[in-house]
Amino acid sequence: MKRFTPGAVAVQTLLLLNGLVMLYPFVVMLMSAFKSNAEIFASPFALPESLDLTNIHRILDETDLATYLANSALITASSIAVLLTFGTMAAYAIARYTFRLREIVFFFFVAGLMVPLKLAIIPLFIQLDVLHLLDTRLGLMLIYVAMGLPSTVFILTGFLRTLPGELEESARIEGASEARIMWQIMLPLARPAMVIAGIQNAVPIWNDFFFPLVFITTDSRKTLPQGLSVFMGEYNTDWGVLFAGLSLAALPIMICYIALSRQFIAGLTAGAVK
Amino acid sequence: MRRQGLWIAALLTPAALTMAVFVVWPMLGAFRYAFFSFNGLLPADFVGLSNFVDVLARAPFKAAVFAALWHNIIVFVCLMLFQNGLAYLIAYALLKQWPLHRVHQVIVFLPVVLSAVIVGFLWKLFLHPLFGLVNAALALVGIHGPPWLGNESTALGSLIFVNGWHFLGMAALIFLAGMQRIPQEVMEAARIDGASDGVLLRRIVWPLVAPAVTIIFILTFIGSFNWFELPYVMAGLTGSPGGATDVLGLVFYRTAFGSVSSGLQDFGHGSALAVLMFLFIAVFSAVALRFLRRREIAL
Repeated sequence: MKRFTPGAVAVQTLLLLNGLVMLYPFVVMLMSAFKSNAEIFASPFALPESLDLTNIHRILDETDLATYLANSALITASSIAVLLTFGTMAAYAIARYTFRLREIVFFFFVAGLMVPLKLAIIPLFIQLDVLHLLDTRLGLMLIYVAMGLPSTVFILTGFLRTLPGELEESARIEGASEARIMWQIMLPLARPAMVIAGIQNAVPIWNDFFFPLVFITTDSRKTLPQGLSVFMGEYNTDWGVLFAGLSLAALPIMICYIALSRQFIAGLTAGAVK
Repeated sequence: MRRQGLWIAALLTPAALTMAVFVVWPMLGAFRYAFFSFNGLLPADFVGLSNFVDVLARAPFKAAVFAALWHNIIVFVCLMLFQNGLAYLIAYALLKQWPLHRVHQVIVFLPVVLSAVIVGFLWKLFLHPLFGLVNAALALVGIHGPPWLGNESTALGSLIFVNGWHFLGMAALIFLAGMQRIPQEVMEAARIDGASDGVLLRRIVWPLVAPAVTIIFILTFIGSFNWFELPYVMAGLTGSPGGATDVLGLVFYRTAFGSVSSGLQDFGHGSALAVLMFLFIAVFSAVALRFLRRREIAL
């Protein structure tokens, strides 16, 4: 099939160039994390002269980046745990039972997909203030759960509907309770869909900047993207430290992505591709 | 049966309650608050449509809002043409399944998983006029690069480029998924008839990936008009230099939560702006969706 036509060469060149432009910035970011200012300015493209950990030590000793990282991990993990629990429960009810308001309940959840919650930031701010949840990680988490429910219910309802009814029926005949059928028989089968829904929501929560920017003011409660913006301002002349900070902030999700690229791509394009 | 009813209610309640408190109630509030003047965090007086009139037709809002809207339109058009145009070509190249095409997919999607804050700061350093990677690379071929983010004529374009770099992979993989659904026979038949890649791209693939075009158009539209993180990180709250990168998201944030110079919150005008943005995005998306769906061909 492969022919060296001008078209084929052009397409290959395009891919090669594009790959370079996409990947090289990360290479420079990681290399610069080990360089001093002078070395970055003198030889931006070269490999670092030595594996100098000064920048990374300075970040760990002088800044709160580790705290921001822990906050982001805590908020993302707890949001996803609650989101998947609530979302799966609701989706299971909608997908596996017939009841009078079923279509309306489903529409109620799915309509949330059309609502850009960012534009409701003012009422959310007032709402959190009333509930005494302003400037708390719990408040942020509850908003992320609410924001993720429409897509989670949508994905899981679609998947749970496709599961065959026979397993459920035979367990019911043998006298298993509804809760037991759901927990032990049906939900283990729904794991792939839960992974997709989990990743689709975990990535935007981990990366979110807007809600913390508005809701969180106490430094020790800030999330990683928010804390990073503070850090970038404080060290703005110290490029080695800046690149080291960006590298530390980017690495956790980059490593997860490289390990689970198939699931990440499927999760983040779910809904956009069939 | 009653017990089953209780069980279903128990399954639905936590999710429904969370949605009610943190989505439905705030969304209703968003519309209600737009008709009030505010005293700090509390709605004070009902002012009818005056917030809307202020935002659209009176100083100091009017000039900023329309300048920002124009920038959002530029961003949307440029992203559609350049980011998504390139994504279309990349997807076609990946469709050929040449060696390393899977690796390329993983690479092109890598920036998509990162926060706009990381991407924005990284490129802010790269675009630095003196020490940045971009001008260092240009210097190698003898070009003296401008201060990309400090120049009114290049700032918005630079931001659009960075956004394209960030989300190229998303559009490319959505296009690719669409192209993979085109039956092999269709492509083979066209090739046997002597169609070149160019003809294939314009006449065969383009109409057949219409569903992907619809999705990408809508996602890009919503993304362009909610644009906030990247300009905030790279150009600051006022859209520097001189408002050249000011967009509606920044205007909204400054109005609602105060800018650096004035820390004053103005929830009334902010709410009116949010409602207008919501309606604009919703109405335009709905109209565009109708039009785009009509041109989709069922295979």
